[in-house]
Amino acid sequence: MITVQFEDFDIGEEYAALRKQACDAGAIVTFTGLVRELYATSSSDKIRSLTLEHYPGMTERCLADITAQANTRWQLLSTRIIHRVGTLQAGDQIVFVGTASAHRHHAFESAQFIMDYLKSEAPFWKKQTSTADSHWVESRDSDAEAIARWQKSK
Amino acid sequence: MLTINYFASIREALGKSQEQLELPSGVKSVADLIAHLAAGSTRFRALIENEGKILVAVNQTVVGREHLLLEHDEIAFFPPMTGG
Repeated sequence: MITVQFEDFDIGEEYAALRKQACDAGAIVTFTGLVRELYATSSSDKIRSLTLEHYPGMTERCLADITAQANTRWQLLSTRIIHRVGTLQAGDQIVFVGTASAHRHHAFESAQFIMDYLKSEAPFWKKQTSTADSHWVESRDSDAEAIARWQKSK
Repeated sequence: MLTINYFASIREALGKSQEQLELPSGVKSVADLIAHLAAGSTRFRALIENEGKILVAVNQTVVGREHLLLEHDEIAFFPPMTGG
């Protein structure tokens, strides 16, 4: 299941739901991404908030496509993606990925795969506001490299 | 009628999030549309010349500049994604 929402989420509830859906699971991996303060360029200029914009419609399509790709590569019993949009504060939960499988390697690898693809291919954009100003976060080469690694190991 | 959506830094630079226009005669590809928009707007031209990488999606799928356009396509211009 895929959800894009403004509201926060409860990882306990998400884990319980995955466990219920995938009753034969031998492994459940959950990943939670948080808003960091470290985006600031100088130590005196702390990030106060992060605002996430997305492309409604394309976002859901992209995440469904990433999930479908993960399902062709690994044996998964259930997957869950939650991505928040709107304005978030440092320390807030921003993204959740959960995967359930009979085997731990499948659950671990697919969760990482989904996160790597989500970062570079799902149409979300972050704007950070610090005490001094606000600007759009630039994409990082390391995110594209993470994808290239998966393409090599196909 | 084409629907064109702008997101994030592109939306802010142009001061609009969406516009609609008839597929102009002579505009066949994404590259043609970019040239057409740049010819009609100094802001758009500045964006194309100065902004780093700009991605284009047609009907919610990222495509190359050679992609051919059809009447009623949904087009979007945006910077590289930074989710997660």
